[in-house]
Amino acid sequence: MNYIRLDTWDLALAALLLLGVAALSLLLQLRIERKLLLAGLRCALQLALVGLVLTKLFELVSPWWTGLAALAMVLFAGREIMARQERGFHALWAYGIGTSAMLMAAALVTVFALTTQVKPEPWYDPRYALPLLGMILGNTMTGIALGLQRLTEGARQQRAGIEALLCLGATRRKAMLPITRQALTTALMPIINALAATGLVSLPGMMTGQILAGVEPLEAVKYQLMIMFMIAGGTTLGAVTAVFVGVHRLTDNRDRLRLDRLAGE
Amino acid sequence: MLTVANLSRPGLEPTSFELAAGACIALRGPSGAGKTLLLRALADLDPNEGDVLLDGVPRDRIPAPLWRRRVGYVPAEPGWWSERLAEHFQDWDAQAGPARRLKISPSAAERRVSQLSTGERQRLALLRALEHRPEVLLLDEPTGPLDEETTAAVEALLREKQSNGLALFWVTHDKRQAERVADRSFWIDSGRLREAVLEDARKR
Repeated sequence: MNYIRLDTWDLALAALLLLGVAALSLLLQLRIERKLLLAGLRCALQLALVGLVLTKLFELVSPWWTGLAALAMVLFAGREIMARQERGFHALWAYGIGTSAMLMAAALVTVFALTTQVKPEPWYDPRYALPLLGMILGNTMTGIALGLQRLTEGARQQRAGIEALLCLGATRRKAMLPITRQALTTALMPIINALAATGLVSLPGMMTGQILAGVEPLEAVKYQLMIMFMIAGGTTLGAVTAVFVGVHRLTDNRDRLRLDRLAGE
Repeated sequence: MLTVANLSRPGLEPTSFELAAGACIALRGPSGAGKTLLLRALADLDPNEGDVLLDGVPRDRIPAPLWRRRVGYVPAEPGWWSERLAEHFQDWDAQAGPARRLKISPSAAERRVSQLSTGERQRLALLRALEHRPEVLLLDEPTGPLDEETTAAVEALLREKQSNGLALFWVTHDKRQAERVADRSFWIDSGRLREAVLEDARKR
């Protein structure tokens, strides 16, 4: 593999571009220079830290430390799901539903990919496990957050229709089916769009990265395809689980719609 | 047939009464007094306490979907889950006769539900509930948005169902309608239910 290393000087040159546009903002009185520089600094610090942690983890190749890092990633993603709920489930419920659905889906799919397709030695080798988990987690997180939000929004907006179905003797599952479908359509929209547009509109980041690292395009495409299928599977699994648990929470065992269990009621 | 003992929920004080098969109770009261809260509690749409029995069988021994098929509820503003009217009925074609009786234009099925008038939707929701052959029907202002002639048609249809054993619990703001359709009249205020006779006696 022919791979071009960047040295400090190269990075400094790239950073100079950021300083340049900050100067431009100052000149034009746009007042975005502060935000831009702070965000750039934050990005540099975070990535340097991640680089150090990954280096250490790759040296250790310990199932415990790898597992701990994976758990931390899941917990952070769960927080993200909770933060994206507007007038949805109460914070603790959103966190609980989101995190458990994501843990189940992402763990299942990542282990499946590692043990049957990528097959590193050992299978939990963090060099493969963590980037794979990260990509699956990021997409599953978005799917679950969108699905739960659409579900609770739909229950509020379509309350009269849902209760009309209940009044005519529908079970809670049947009465909630229309908004269950809407929630899952919304949850899976980004991944379905990504599957359709990949290669035509966007070159996926991972594939680009592998090509820059010297991998043959066709080899990079194979990796990318596998990842896309894993992401689609993981997102669907996670979103379906979260939305079904959400439907259960939004109704009770006497087949009532329980909007009083949402925040802001 | 329907026995209610100490039914209560937030906004409704413990309430007891009996509704016999083929009977009709009218319920009146100022807005916000708890009329809708009572109907929703009877249909078991909101958490509530107390005992409700149908033919002597306690409600919690009957699955909720079956309960709501036997004790139907037509709210003042009925909900619709699809824009196509026929999807709300098990068999829309069989509704032609009753629909004509309620003066619903035959072209109603070709229009979108949101394009129907409030009064048409009200009558269609009644037909939709009757299609499931309930034993008790809880009605919230079923003729509220209707003119005199259509009101009479609705009352006539319900009277016929009543003679076949349907029991009615009828919320109305119209005192004369209450006298026309009901054999007993209740009055509710601030969540307290009383027989209206007592209410009139107290006033005098």
